[in-house]
Amino acid sequence: MAIVEARNLTKAFDGQNPAVDNLNLVTEEGEYLVLLGPSGSGKTTLLRLIAGLEQPTSGEIFIAGDPMAGLPPRVRSIAMVFQSYALYPHKTVYENIVFPLKAQGVEAAQRPEKVSWAADLLGIGHLLKRKPRQLSGGERQRVALARALVREPAVFLLDEPLSNLDAKLRATARDELKTFQRRIGVTTLYVTHDQVEAMGLGDRIAVMNEGQLRQIGTPREVYSNPADTFVATFVGSPPMNLIRRGDILVGFRPESMLPDSEKAGEGLSLQVDVSRVEYLGSERHMLGTLAGGDLQNKVTGVLPAAMPLDVREGKDQVFFVHAPDLRFFDAETGKRTDPRPVRDIA
Amino acid sequence: MSAQARAQAKRRRVGGRIALYVLVLVFTAQAAIPFAWSLITSFKANPDLYTRDNNPFLYNDPPTLEHVNLLFGQTAFGTFVTNTLVVALCVVAITLLVAVPAAYSLGRLTLRRGGAVAIAIFFVYLIPPSLLFISLSPVVANLGLQDSRWSLVVVYPTITIPVSAWLLTGFFKSIPKDIEEQAMIDGCSRMGAFFRMVLPVAFPGLIAVVVFASTLSASEFIYALAFVSQTSQKTVSVGVPTELVRGDVFFWQALQAATLIVAIPIALVFNVFLKRFIAGFTMGAVKG
Amino acid sequence: MSSSEAAARRPKRYLMEREGVLAPLLLAPSIIYIFALVAIPFFLAIAYSLSDVTIGDPSFDFVGLENFRQVLEDPVFRRSLRNSVVMTFVTMLLVVVISKILALVLTKDFRGKWVVRFLILLPWTTPVSLAAIAWLWMLDSLFSPIDWTLRRFGLIQGSLNWLGNPDLAVVSVVAVQVWRVVPLAAVIIMAGLVAIPSEIYDAARMDGAGFWRTLFQVTIPLTLPVTAVAVLFGAVVVFADMSVPYVLTRGGPIDATQVLPTWAFFRGIQGGDLAQGAAIALFALPVLAAMAVAILRSVRKMDIG
Repeated sequence: MAIVEARNLTKAFDGQNPAVDNLNLVTEEGEYLVLLGPSGSGKTTLLRLIAGLEQPTSGEIFIAGDPMAGLPPRVRSIAMVFQSYALYPHKTVYENIVFPLKAQGVEAAQRPEKVSWAADLLGIGHLLKRKPRQLSGGERQRVALARALVREPAVFLLDEPLSNLDAKLRATARDELKTFQRRIGVTTLYVTHDQVEAMGLGDRIAVMNEGQLRQIGTPREVYSNPADTFVATFVGSPPMNLIRRGDILVGFRPESMLPDSEKAGEGLSLQVDVSRVEYLGSERHMLGTLAGGDLQNKVTGVLPAAMPLDVREGKDQVFFVHAPDLRFFDAETGKRTDPRPVRDIA
Repeated sequence: MSAQARAQAKRRRVGGRIALYVLVLVFTAQAAIPFAWSLITSFKANPDLYTRDNNPFLYNDPPTLEHVNLLFGQTAFGTFVTNTLVVALCVVAITLLVAVPAAYSLGRLTLRRGGAVAIAIFFVYLIPPSLLFISLSPVVANLGLQDSRWSLVVVYPTITIPVSAWLLTGFFKSIPKDIEEQAMIDGCSRMGAFFRMVLPVAFPGLIAVVVFASTLSASEFIYALAFVSQTSQKTVSVGVPTELVRGDVFFWQALQAATLIVAIPIALVFNVFLKRFIAGFTMGAVKG
Repeated sequence: MSSSEAAARRPKRYLMEREGVLAPLLLAPSIIYIFALVAIPFFLAIAYSLSDVTIGDPSFDFVGLENFRQVLEDPVFRRSLRNSVVMTFVTMLLVVVISKILALVLTKDFRGKWVVRFLILLPWTTPVSLAAIAWLWMLDSLFSPIDWTLRRFGLIQGSLNWLGNPDLAVVSVVAVQVWRVVPLAAVIIMAGLVAIPSEIYDAARMDGAGFWRTLFQVTIPLTLPVTAVAVLFGAVVVFADMSVPYVLTRGGPIDATQVLPTWAFFRGIQGGDLAQGAAIALFALPVLAAMAVAILRSVRKMDIG
């Protein structure tokens, strides 16, 4: 178990914008930190820098307080699971799992015991004689995890390990990953572009964009108090609505849009020209534009199935958002600002 | 589908099969007839062979092993075969030792001007022996290797290294980088990851290189002709055409027997590894 | 060990992990090898061609373009140059057509494929000089079985004297080159054919395309880049080859089959005139360079296609 720290970390590839741009990040002991961001945001590069697969252009990385500069991956006491799982195709499952022990010079006598411990923990004891190509996607993932686990690393690095699984399997695998990490309690950095995964798995989420850390916090903090408009629109599906009022942007989550009849206290009234309604079973998504406002002011509302409101396409409808559900951003910088009185924006 | 259309479709299918087998037959015949003729010749007795009106494809006199015995007993053919094997073995070893690291460097590591180096290597491959043998002969002489099979050991890698480096570069590029990185994370050094993960997976490429380098050593003609004139040092490709002739007299049966004895093992090796060889070559071509 | 000590040790200990160190280090042996035995002889060849070096008199005197002037005035050289270009061109023309058909045939299923493949590949896998020996005997002036067969059918009297008649000698050399390059080209084209996804054929079938339409509108266009690669490789092999004409005709009769490599060999090595030999060999360079560029272009196209 160890704390991972990145200090003023920058990585620039030839002739491109820096993939990681002067980034500072400190994990907590034994936490599950999810690095979330769109593709090209630098999250995988950050992971590879920590692993030692890339060398930083400037800045430093510390693992358990030790500077990592110039150290190859093998001495960093990290384990990594790649997106592709990178199982050694010419080795059996057993040989795959035992490989880190061999490479690290663990005594031959101790190896079988450790392998069976890791294999049992992931429930793949019966697969040890198979070759990777004979395994299903879920089984491959477990083998990769067992191989990462077997050497008892101080830090676990996972690079989109669920993205190669089909949707159904992904849900169970996510559940297993979480239980598994709880049990072993190793500091884990998990890269994903899927915010559902991030919300479900992370103790904290670090949102990245264009090589920079936009916000770090618990899923709840990131969702309800986004640091800027990028985080506001990247996290949550459908994303937070942003409407312009003078020099500020007013944001509110789609599910905060309530029918006018639910109004209880101060807030913002919105007259919406409904253009489309999507029926999704448990809820309905309502897409429309603010009446009277310019066409840029598109909004999306989420109505739970239990709410018996008659919304129809082509109809005007009045919605209400309570004042505590409103967030305010500087229209210029996109950063969150202090709340404004409702009367200023109504 | 009407009965008529069905019948027509069937006729076409049968016609297609017949055309296919005719083509197969024609191609096989044109490729194999010279060798069949060699095979028949090898066992012919002199009077039979040298009677113009005898049917050349039949044994008009009983077949004889006389000339095959002559080939092994009274000519330097055995020496040529030994020389060829020695040269091939050394060339394969040098090629692997030099080309594998180069291909790894070009295919896997970030190298300044790596692309330019790869193209330069490709161009080197296209500089043929017929352009270099004249100026190489004093170089070989300066190395003290004139008239020795070792001159071929030194010179052949100039052909095999560029080809193999080019071919293997493509191979290494096609192997997912993750596997190597994973090995580095699992505790290998960079070179350790290369030897333990990349090389085993690139095995078909290595096979292609071995087959290529060894057959080149057995087939190359120009350098062998230009640098080696001593009988005891010749390889088969030059020894057989130049030594199995006395003055103007060709030992035809022995010559043809020698051709077959060399050709068939090489062809067998090629056929066994053909798929890998082609895979190696096309991958080199596409990814290089 | 204190941490500053560890830091001091690090760079040295992990030098071999650094790509900046490792990459040039691994490449160095090939570069040195190629430099010593290709680059140096290559420039030496150019230097020779501008000098009067012979095997008998290895002292180097600069003579400018004198060798090139003499070579160009030599009718045998002009004959060789023309032969090299024309024979390579005709050979490759035939190779394209034949190897394409052969490749198509070999991708089909039929009985005895392994044996057929073995026999079809023989011309290519056999060392060239030995294959040429087999042909030398096939085309013998007295005992050629081809002549015997033709006589048997009453088509000729006596013998054709394949290698003694200047025109037939050219035909023979071209035929042997085609014969041995076709398998190589077919095998390369086959790899291209196999790489065409079967959905494309299914789509063509669904669209109602028959055998010929599929062949001309799908198969041939899609294998064009790989065919180009095969042809150019073959062309380099044929253009630079001296073993077939050397074994079959020694460039004769009366230089009818003389090509650049054989002529360079006879002048440079056997005649001992290294300077002129080098000048002759160098004439192959522009042609080969053009072919090299063409190969690279086709390879690039293949990458995209």
